[in-house]
Order: sequence, then C-alpha cells, then structure tokens
Amino acid sequence: MDSSTIMMIAEGTWATLYMTLVSTLMGYVLGLPFGIILAVTDKNGIRPNAFVYKILDFIANLIRSIPFLILLILVIPLTRLIVGKSYGSGATIVPLVIAAAPFIARMVESSLKEVDKGVIEAAQSMGAGNFTIIWKVLLGEARTSLLVGVTIAIGTILGYSAMAGIVGGGGLGDIAIRYGYYRREEDIMIVTIVILVVLVQILQGLGMLLSKKLDRRQS
Amino acid sequence: MQKEKLLEIKNICKDYGNGPILQDVSLDIEKGEVVVVIGPSGCGKSTLLRCINGLEEIQSGEILLDGEVITGEKTKWNEVRQKIGMVFQSYDLFPHMTVLDNVLLGPLKVQKRDKKEAEAEAEELLKRVGLLEKKDAYPRQLSGGQKQRVAIVRALIMKPEIMLFDEVTAALDPEMVREVLDVMLELAKSGSTMMIVTHEMQFAQAVADRVVFLDSGKILEEGLPETFFTQPKTDRARRFLNTFVFHKQKEKGGEKAL
Repeated sequence: MDSSTIMMIAEGTWATLYMTLVSTLMGYVLGLPFGIILAVTDKNGIRPNAFVYKILDFIANLIRSIPFLILLILVIPLTRLIVGKSYGSGATIVPLVIAAAPFIARMVESSLKEVDKGVIEAAQSMGAGNFTIIWKVLLGEARTSLLVGVTIAIGTILGYSAMAGIVGGGGLGDIAIRYGYYRREEDIMIVTIVILVVLVQILQGLGMLLSKKLDRRQS
Repeated sequence: MQKEKLLEIKNICKDYGNGPILQDVSLDIEKGEVVVVIGPSGCGKSTLLRCINGLEEIQSGEILLDGEVITGEKTKWNEVRQKIGMVFQSYDLFPHMTVLDNVLLGPLKVQKRDKKEAEAEAEELLKRVGLLEKKDAYPRQLSGGQKQRVAIVRALIMKPEIMLFDEVTAALDPEMVREVLDVMLELAKSGSTMMIVTHEMQFAQAVADRVVFLDSGKILEEGLPETFFTQPKTDRARRFLNTFVFHKQKEKGGEKAL
C-alpha cells in the first residue's frame, strides 16, 4: 500500500470520526429536548399532555420508519440549502442528524422513564417544580442509562455514516465502497473495515467505562 | 386554651374509577398534634396522606391548611408541599446523590436558601438522627433504617408545618424499625404536628394524641389511644386489633372467639 493510499485512509478515518461525533452532538442538541418532552408529556409523565405527546410521537415514528439510505437521498435539497453541496462529509452530517435525532429522542425517553416513580414523587412532595425534577432527578438519576444511550447512538451513527458512502458521503464508508466495491481492491476494503471495527470498539468501551464510573447505585 | 386547627379535611371522596377509596372522610388536626391512622391494608390510609399533599386528586370535598383551601383548581402545589413534609415506605432517596445532597436538594433548589446555612442545618439534623458520619455516603451504602432516617431529615429540613409518615417502617427489618420510630417519638415530643400511618400498634399507642381507625375508605372510629386500644367502640376495630394479639394455645385450649 503506497503512502497516498495510507493518507487517503487516514483522512477517511478522520472524516468518519468527524461526521460521527458532530452528528451525535447535534443529534443530542435536538434529540435530548425532544426525548425529555416525550417523557414528560407521556400519560405517566410529570406533566401529561396527550396532544403534544401524540404529535412528537408521530414525528419520531415517521422519521424512524424511513430507511436511512432513502432519507439520505430524500433530504438532498435540504442538504444543498444548508451546506451548499450534497456530497462529502460535511453534507452527510445533515441527513445523519435528521436520522439520529428521533432515534436519540426515543432512547432518552426510555432512559427517563426508567427513573423510579417513587423518587419523582419524593421530589414532588418537597415542592420541587418540573424544571428541578427534570434537571436534578430525571436527568441526574438516568445518567448511566443516558450514557449507555450515547454509546449506542455513536455506534449507530457511525454505521449510518459509512452507508452515506454510496452517495459520496465521504469517510471510510465512501472509501470502502469506491475501492472495495467498484474497483475490487479488497485489501483497502478490509483495512477500512478493521478501522471501523476498532473505532466502534474504542467508542463503545469508553462510553461503558464512563457510565459505570458515574453509577452510584452499586459499588 | 384555644387550639389552633392546622389541617382540616372536609368530606373528601376519592375514586380511582373502580370503587371508592375514600368516602366522605373528615378530620381536623391541631397544631402540635400527633394523629395516627390505622386500619387494614387497602383501607385508604396511604391514599388519604397522598391526597393531603396533592399526589392524588380528590373528587369532592376540600382540604384546608392554615385555613386556606389547598385542593382548589389554582393551588400552587409547589408552595403548599413545602409546608407538608412526607416520608414514604420505600424511602425514595435519590440513588445518585450523597446523603447530604439528598437532604440539600429541597432547601437549595426549591427554597433557594443560602448554601452555607442549609448545609449547617443539614448536618445538625443528620447529627440529631445519628447519621452525621454518613453524610458523604450514597444511599446504597446505608441500611434500610438509615435510609429512612435520612428521608425523615430530608423532609424535616424544609421546616414543614406538618409531617406525613406513610408506613415508614413497613419495609424494614424488625431491628431497624426501632431506630426509625425513636426518631419519630423524639419529633413528637418536640412538638411537631404529625400524621402517621402505621401498623406498629404499640408505637401508635405510645406516640399518638389521637387514633383514627379507617376501614373501606371511611373513618369508623377516632379517639384517645388509651381508650381506643383497650375499649374500641366498633366491632370492626375490635376485630382489627385482635389480629395483633396472640393467645397461648396450650393453656387456654384455643377457644378464644373472635
């Protein structure tokens, strides 16, 4: 493998990491409040609101039911509008965030719903308002579960980002498809796969380690 | 001396949709009074407490605290609940917070009190229940009795006008029951207004100024502990109290009729 190939793979790795992490971050900027509202407005939540819940529930289901590959193509006009082009890693972030946000919202929702009802009532009984309950009790007590969610989200988004290679999305997936699929240079494809596997392992391991460290429920 | 009514429960009814839980319950509690509510499981004791601090809505009737209706449409529960401390059967400490942080959440986040002052009071109260050295521990490191004492401190630090205790020893090992009840006895002695739901009859007798017997969502009987426990007026109360009494079978031949 010559140095230009190695450079290309190094750049691809960086692009993949960049797309994944930025998309995860932006996915949470949208998905976290989205998920909090879902959990709070649910009929067993701290401020039930069937109307708001049903609308958000519908949006989440709608986006989640579109396969990512189709979504990628579907949002191209929007991507062009935001980024100015529809290829490359910067452009891939747009569909990644759109796909990730409702997925993240669902994970946040389920994490928050795991928080013991008794603990929430204890906070209510001392006069805590909904904001305090969301911030200190729901998010605070669900933090290990939320972090496990972040880890899952990163893994999933990384996988999605590789899929974007089909439409020239940049990153390792792009390289794997161009060299491995179109040009049948299988060694390059294998290298990219190994790097992807290692990346997922590292990110997964880090996330789990952190969530364990922050868990106060067991020693 | 004119006694001051702190809590007035007037004809409240509660129904979850499958049969009434509370039927026309009325009860006044005076300042400094300790009222113990007893009755069979499912009689509505816990629901009664939960209605008082708005964890359950009532269908009719009203509840007044300091002469103000707290069961209306516009009740600011966040404010009312600060005046009503509640301790639960399952402790419900925040697992991810230390003992001190558990106690401080209310004063700092709800009452927005000064951190130094609140911390000093928290430590003082923890000392009073013998748990000062556990202030940096997490709930999982505590025994059930210790958790419950922390939960009592967490409610006390809000300086409530009345404390509600919902079967706070029901989940505890017998040896730990004592340490929690001792804390409550001390509170009663120091003049706190308390409403206690319990199955500990001897404790009820020792702590109560007045006993209320609830069955099927109705108050069947209320009276002084001395008379209630020895000469209950109703048959139902007598039968209930008898379930706590065991007679020696060998000598007496077991003929004691219920």
